[in-house]
Amino acid sequence: MDDAPEATAPHRPESALVEALRAGDDDAYVQLVRQYGGPMLAVARRLLRNEADAQDALQDAFLSAFKSIRGFQGQSQLSTWLHRIAVNAALMKQRARTRRPEQPIEELLPAFDGSGHRRNSGASWPEDPTRTAEAGELKKLVADSIDRLPETYRTVLLLRDVEGLDGAEAAASLGVNENTVKIRLHRARQALRELLDPHMQGTRACSSPAKS
Amino acid sequence: MFITCEELIDFLADYRSGALAAAQRVRFEEHLAVCPGCVDYLDSYEMTLRLGREAVRPSAEPAEVPPELVRAILAAWRGAAPPL
Ligand SMILES: [Zn+2]
Repeated sequence: MDDAPEATAPHRPESALVEALRAGDDDAYVQLVRQYGGPMLAVARRLLRNEADAQDALQDAFLSAFKSIRGFQGQSQLSTWLHRIAVNAALMKQRARTRRPEQPIEELLPAFDGSGHRRNSGASWPEDPTRTAEAGELKKLVADSIDRLPETYRTVLLLRDVEGLDGAEAAASLGVNENTVKIRLHRARQALRELLDPHMQGTRACSSPAKS
Repeated sequence: MFITCEELIDFLADYRSGALAAAQRVRFEEHLAVCPGCVDYLDSYEMTLRLGREAVRPSAEPAEVPPELVRAILAAWRGAAPPL
Protein backbone atom coordinates (compact mmCIF):
# COMPACT_ATOMS: atom_id res chain seq x y z
CA MET A 1 0.00 0.00 0.00
CA ASP A 2 2.66 2.49 1.08
CA ASP A 3 4.86 2.08 -1.92
CA ALA A 4 2.05 2.36 -4.45
CA PRO A 5 3.32 5.39 -6.33
CA GLU A 6 0.30 6.23 -8.48
CA ALA A 7 -1.22 9.47 -7.33
CA THR A 8 -4.81 8.28 -7.19
CA ALA A 9 -6.13 11.44 -5.67
CA PRO A 10 -9.49 10.18 -4.34
CA HIS A 11 -7.85 7.34 -2.41
CA ARG A 12 -5.85 9.29 0.08
CA PRO A 13 -8.57 11.46 1.54
CA GLU A 14 -10.84 8.42 1.40
CA SER A 15 -8.56 6.20 3.45
CA ALA A 16 -7.84 9.07 5.82
CA LEU A 17 -11.57 9.58 6.20
CA VAL A 18 -12.11 5.90 6.92
CA GLU A 19 -9.34 5.98 9.53
CA ALA A 20 -10.90 9.02 11.18
CA LEU A 21 -14.31 7.34 11.22
CA ARG A 22 -12.84 4.28 12.84
CA ALA A 23 -11.21 6.49 15.43
CA GLY A 24 -14.61 8.00 16.21
CA ASP A 25 -13.68 11.48 14.98
CA ASP A 26 -16.83 13.59 15.04
CA ASP A 27 -15.88 15.75 12.07
CA ALA A 28 -15.34 12.66 9.98
CA TYR A 29 -18.97 11.62 10.43
CA VAL A 30 -20.12 15.05 9.31
CA GLN A 31 -17.79 14.92 6.33
CA LEU A 32 -19.01 11.48 5.30
CA VAL A 33 -22.64 12.58 5.30
CA ARG A 34 -21.96 15.85 3.47
CA GLN A 35 -19.60 14.36 0.93
CA TYR A 36 -21.35 11.10 0.10
CA GLY A 37 -24.94 11.68 1.21
CA GLY A 38 -26.22 13.49 -1.88
CA PRO A 39 -26.01 10.62 -4.35
CA MET A 40 -27.28 8.23 -1.67
CA LEU A 41 -30.33 10.40 -1.08
CA ALA A 42 -30.90 10.46 -4.84
CA VAL A 43 -30.89 6.63 -4.92
CA ALA A 44 -33.43 6.52 -2.11
CA ARG A 45 -35.62 9.07 -3.88
CA ARG A 46 -35.56 7.06 -7.11
CA LEU A 47 -36.53 3.87 -5.33
CA LEU A 48 -39.06 5.29 -2.90
CA ARG A 49 -40.55 8.31 -4.70
CA ASN A 50 -41.45 9.85 -1.38
CA GLU A 51 -39.29 12.47 0.25
CA ALA A 52 -39.98 11.56 3.86
CA ASP A 53 -39.30 7.86 3.20
CA ALA A 54 -36.15 8.73 1.24
CA GLN A 55 -34.82 10.84 4.12
CA ASP A 56 -35.62 8.08 6.62
CA ALA A 57 -33.82 5.59 4.40
CA LEU A 58 -30.78 7.85 4.19
CA GLN A 59 -30.65 8.07 7.95
CA ASP A 60 -30.94 4.28 8.26
CA ALA A 61 -28.23 3.91 5.65
CA PHE A 62 -25.77 6.14 7.49
CA LEU A 63 -26.46 4.56 10.87
CA SER A 64 -25.75 1.19 9.35
CA ALA A 65 -22.65 2.53 7.58
CA PHE A 66 -21.29 4.08 10.78
CA LYS A 67 -21.83 0.81 12.60
CA SER A 68 -20.07 -1.26 10.02
CA ILE A 69 -17.26 1.10 9.02
CA ARG A 70 -14.83 -1.19 10.80
CA GLY A 71 -15.84 -3.89 8.38
CA PHE A 72 -15.15 -1.70 5.36
CA GLN A 73 -12.20 -3.37 3.72
CA GLY A 74 -11.24 -0.75 1.21
CA GLN A 75 -11.53 -3.30 -1.58
CA SER A 76 -14.38 -1.38 -3.09
CA GLN A 77 -14.54 2.36 -3.21
CA LEU A 78 -16.23 4.02 -0.30
CA SER A 79 -18.83 5.51 -2.67
CA THR A 80 -19.66 2.06 -4.09
CA TRP A 81 -19.95 0.58 -0.62
CA LEU A 82 -22.22 3.42 0.52
CA HIS A 83 -24.32 3.20 -2.65
CA ARG A 84 -25.03 -0.43 -1.88
CA ILE A 85 -25.95 0.40 1.70
CA ALA A 86 -28.31 3.14 0.49
CA VAL A 87 -29.96 0.72 -1.96
CA ASN A 88 -30.50 -1.81 0.80
CA ALA A 89 -31.87 0.77 3.24
CA ALA A 90 -34.30 2.02 0.61
CA LEU A 91 -35.44 -1.52 -0.20
CA MET A 92 -35.94 -2.22 3.48
CA LYS A 93 -38.08 0.90 3.74
CA GLN A 94 -39.99 -0.14 0.64
CA ARG A 95 -40.78 -3.53 2.15
CA ALA A 96 -41.88 -1.98 5.42
CA ARG A 97 -44.44 0.37 3.96
CA THR A 98 -47.93 -0.67 3.06
CA ARG A 99 -48.15 -2.21 -0.32
CA ARG A 100 -50.67 -0.99 -2.74
CA PRO A 101 -52.13 -3.74 -4.87
CA GLU A 102 -50.11 -4.02 -8.06
CA GLN A 103 -51.40 -4.20 -11.59
CA PRO A 104 -50.64 -7.69 -12.90
CA ILE A 105 -47.58 -7.45 -15.16
CA GLU A 106 -49.26 -9.75 -17.69
CA GLU A 107 -51.53 -6.88 -18.71
CA LEU A 108 -48.44 -4.98 -19.77
CA LEU A 109 -46.69 -7.75 -21.68
CA PRO A 110 -46.90 -8.32 -25.42
CA ALA A 111 -49.69 -10.68 -26.49
CA PHE A 112 -49.24 -13.56 -28.92
CA ASP A 113 -51.69 -15.49 -31.04
CA GLY A 114 -51.97 -19.27 -31.11
CA SER A 115 -49.13 -19.66 -33.56
CA GLY A 116 -46.76 -17.51 -31.51
CA HIS A 117 -47.05 -14.33 -33.56
CA ARG A 118 -47.13 -11.03 -31.77
CA ARG A 119 -50.51 -9.35 -31.78
CA ASN A 120 -50.61 -5.62 -32.47
CA SER A 121 -47.08 -5.58 -33.72
CA GLY A 122 -47.14 -2.00 -34.90
CA ALA A 123 -44.69 0.03 -36.90
CA SER A 124 -41.03 0.15 -36.05
CA TRP A 125 -39.64 2.81 -33.76
CA PRO A 126 -37.60 5.66 -35.12
CA GLU A 127 -33.91 4.86 -35.09
CA ASP A 128 -33.19 7.65 -32.67
CA PRO A 129 -36.29 8.95 -30.90
CA THR A 130 -34.13 11.46 -29.04
CA ARG A 131 -33.64 13.24 -32.35
CA THR A 132 -37.26 13.40 -33.36
CA ALA A 133 -38.97 14.04 -30.05
CA GLU A 134 -38.38 16.98 -27.78
CA ALA A 135 -35.76 15.70 -25.34
CA GLY A 136 -37.44 16.94 -22.18
CA GLU A 137 -40.82 15.55 -23.18
CA LEU A 138 -39.39 12.19 -24.11
CA LYS A 139 -37.54 11.95 -20.82
CA LYS A 140 -40.70 12.75 -18.93
CA LEU A 141 -42.72 10.23 -20.93
CA VAL A 142 -40.17 7.50 -20.16
CA ALA A 143 -39.91 8.43 -16.48
CA ASP A 144 -43.71 8.47 -16.13
CA SER A 145 -43.94 5.11 -17.88
CA ILE A 146 -41.38 3.61 -15.50
CA ASP A 147 -43.52 4.92 -12.65
CA ARG A 148 -46.49 3.05 -14.08
CA LEU A 149 -44.73 -0.30 -13.76
CA PRO A 150 -45.81 -2.47 -10.84
CA GLU A 151 -43.38 -1.76 -7.99
CA THR A 152 -41.80 -5.21 -7.99
CA TYR A 153 -40.82 -4.80 -11.62
CA ARG A 154 -39.99 -1.13 -11.42
CA THR A 155 -37.56 -1.86 -8.59
CA VAL A 156 -35.71 -4.56 -10.51
CA LEU A 157 -35.48 -2.34 -13.57
CA LEU A 158 -34.01 0.48 -11.49
CA LEU A 159 -31.54 -1.76 -9.66
CA ARG A 160 -30.25 -3.44 -12.80
CA ASP A 161 -30.54 -0.81 -15.52
CA VAL A 162 -30.12 2.42 -13.58
CA GLU A 163 -28.25 1.70 -10.34
CA GLY A 164 -25.95 -0.72 -12.14
CA LEU A 165 -26.23 -3.70 -9.79
CA ASP A 166 -25.44 -7.02 -11.44
CA GLY A 167 -27.84 -9.96 -11.29
CA ALA A 168 -26.26 -11.48 -8.19
CA GLU A 169 -26.14 -8.18 -6.33
CA ALA A 170 -29.74 -7.35 -7.15
CA ALA A 171 -30.79 -10.85 -6.08
CA ALA A 172 -28.99 -10.50 -2.75
CA SER A 173 -30.49 -7.07 -2.10
CA LEU A 174 -34.00 -8.26 -2.90
CA GLY A 175 -33.70 -11.61 -1.16
CA VAL A 176 -34.73 -13.56 -4.25
CA ASN A 177 -32.74 -15.82 -6.53
CA GLU A 178 -30.90 -14.66 -9.61
CA ASN A 179 -33.29 -16.33 -11.99
CA THR A 180 -36.19 -14.40 -10.48
CA VAL A 181 -34.28 -11.17 -11.02
CA LYS A 182 -33.61 -12.15 -14.62
CA ILE A 183 -37.27 -12.93 -15.33
CA ARG A 184 -38.54 -9.78 -13.61
CA LEU A 185 -36.04 -7.60 -15.42
CA HIS A 186 -37.03 -8.96 -18.81
CA ARG A 187 -40.72 -8.48 -18.04
CA ALA A 188 -40.13 -4.99 -16.72
CA ARG A 189 -38.32 -3.99 -19.91
CA GLN A 190 -41.00 -5.59 -22.05
CA ALA A 191 -43.75 -3.80 -20.14
CA LEU A 192 -41.93 -0.49 -20.41
CA ARG A 193 -41.53 -1.09 -24.12
CA GLU A 194 -45.28 -1.70 -24.47
CA LEU A 195 -46.05 1.51 -22.59
CA LEU A 196 -43.76 3.51 -24.86
CA ASP A 197 -44.79 1.80 -28.07
CA PRO A 198 -47.86 3.91 -28.99
CA HIS A 199 -45.86 7.10 -28.49
CA MET A 200 -42.87 5.93 -30.46
CA GLN A 201 -44.90 5.03 -33.47
CA GLY A 202 -46.29 8.54 -33.42
CA THR A 203 -42.82 9.98 -33.81
CA ARG A 204 -42.13 7.90 -36.90
CA ALA A 205 -43.57 10.41 -39.33
CA CYS A 206 -40.90 12.99 -38.65
CA SER A 207 -37.93 10.60 -38.70
CA SER A 208 -35.83 9.54 -41.66
CA PRO A 209 -37.58 7.59 -44.43
CA ALA A 210 -38.32 3.96 -43.55
CA LYS A 211 -35.68 1.51 -44.66
CA SER A 212 -37.21 -0.89 -47.13
CA MET B 1 -36.90 -26.60 -36.14
CA PHE B 2 -38.19 -23.06 -36.13
CA ILE B 3 -38.77 -21.02 -33.07
CA THR B 4 -41.83 -18.79 -32.86
CA CYS B 5 -41.80 -15.03 -32.26
CA GLU B 6 -43.06 -15.71 -28.74
CA GLU B 7 -40.15 -18.04 -27.99
CA LEU B 8 -37.71 -15.59 -29.44
CA ILE B 9 -39.03 -12.74 -27.33
CA ASP B 10 -39.04 -14.93 -24.20
CA PHE B 11 -35.34 -15.55 -24.56
CA LEU B 12 -34.38 -12.11 -25.77
CA ALA B 13 -32.55 -11.12 -22.61
CA ASP B 14 -30.45 -14.28 -22.76
CA TYR B 15 -29.71 -13.66 -26.40
CA ARG B 16 -28.55 -10.12 -25.71
CA SER B 17 -26.38 -11.13 -22.80
CA GLY B 18 -24.77 -13.94 -24.78
CA ALA B 19 -26.23 -16.57 -22.45
CA LEU B 20 -27.74 -18.73 -25.21
CA ALA B 21 -26.11 -21.99 -26.24
CA ALA B 22 -24.61 -21.92 -29.72
CA ALA B 23 -27.38 -24.05 -31.28
CA GLN B 24 -30.09 -21.85 -29.79
CA ARG B 25 -28.29 -18.78 -30.96
CA VAL B 26 -28.27 -20.07 -34.52
CA ARG B 27 -32.03 -20.60 -34.39
CA PHE B 28 -32.44 -17.13 -33.03
CA GLU B 29 -30.48 -15.65 -35.86
CA GLU B 30 -32.29 -17.72 -38.45
CA HIS B 31 -35.57 -16.38 -37.13
CA LEU B 32 -34.36 -12.80 -37.09
CA ALA B 33 -33.15 -13.13 -40.66
CA VAL B 34 -36.70 -13.77 -41.87
CA CYS B 35 -38.84 -11.90 -39.33
CA PRO B 36 -38.80 -8.09 -39.53
CA GLY B 37 -41.34 -7.94 -36.68
CA CYS B 38 -38.86 -9.53 -34.27
CA VAL B 39 -36.02 -7.36 -35.55
CA ASP B 40 -38.19 -4.35 -34.74
CA TYR B 41 -38.95 -5.79 -31.35
CA LEU B 42 -35.28 -6.36 -30.57
CA ASP B 43 -34.40 -2.82 -31.70
CA SER B 44 -37.17 -1.28 -29.63
CA TYR B 45 -36.18 -3.39 -26.62
CA GLU B 46 -32.64 -2.03 -26.87
CA MET B 47 -34.00 1.48 -27.25
CA THR B 48 -36.26 1.01 -24.22
CA LEU B 49 -33.23 0.14 -22.13
CA ARG B 50 -31.35 3.17 -23.33
CA LEU B 51 -34.26 5.55 -22.84
CA GLY B 52 -34.93 4.14 -19.39
CA ARG B 53 -31.35 4.73 -18.31
CA GLU B 54 -31.33 8.24 -19.67
CA ALA B 55 -34.68 9.19 -18.16
CA VAL B 56 -33.81 8.20 -14.61
CA ARG B 57 -30.08 8.72 -14.70
CA PRO B 58 -28.79 10.78 -11.82
CA SER B 59 -28.81 14.38 -12.96
CA ALA B 60 -25.68 16.37 -13.55
CA GLU B 61 -26.10 18.55 -10.48
CA PRO B 62 -25.45 16.37 -7.46
CA ALA B 63 -28.16 16.17 -4.83
CA GLU B 64 -27.27 17.67 -1.49
CA VAL B 65 -28.36 16.43 1.87
CA PRO B 66 -30.49 19.15 3.48
CA PRO B 67 -28.62 20.59 6.50
CA GLU B 68 -31.44 19.62 8.90
CA LEU B 69 -31.15 16.04 7.71
CA VAL B 70 -27.38 16.04 8.25
CA ARG B 71 -28.04 17.23 11.80
CA ALA B 72 -30.77 14.64 12.34
CA ILE B 73 -28.53 11.82 11.13
CA LEU B 74 -25.69 12.84 13.41
CA ALA B 75 -28.01 13.32 16.36
CA ALA B 76 -29.46 9.87 15.78
CA TRP B 77 -25.97 8.43 15.62
CA ARG B 78 -24.86 10.12 18.82
CA GLY B 79 -28.00 8.95 20.51
CA ALA B 80 -27.42 5.40 19.33
CA ALA B 81 -23.64 5.26 19.38
CA PRO B 82 -22.20 2.69 21.75
CA PRO B 83 -19.46 4.01 24.01
CA LEU B 84 -16.13 3.56 22.30
ZN1 LIG C 1 -40.62 -13.24 -35.19
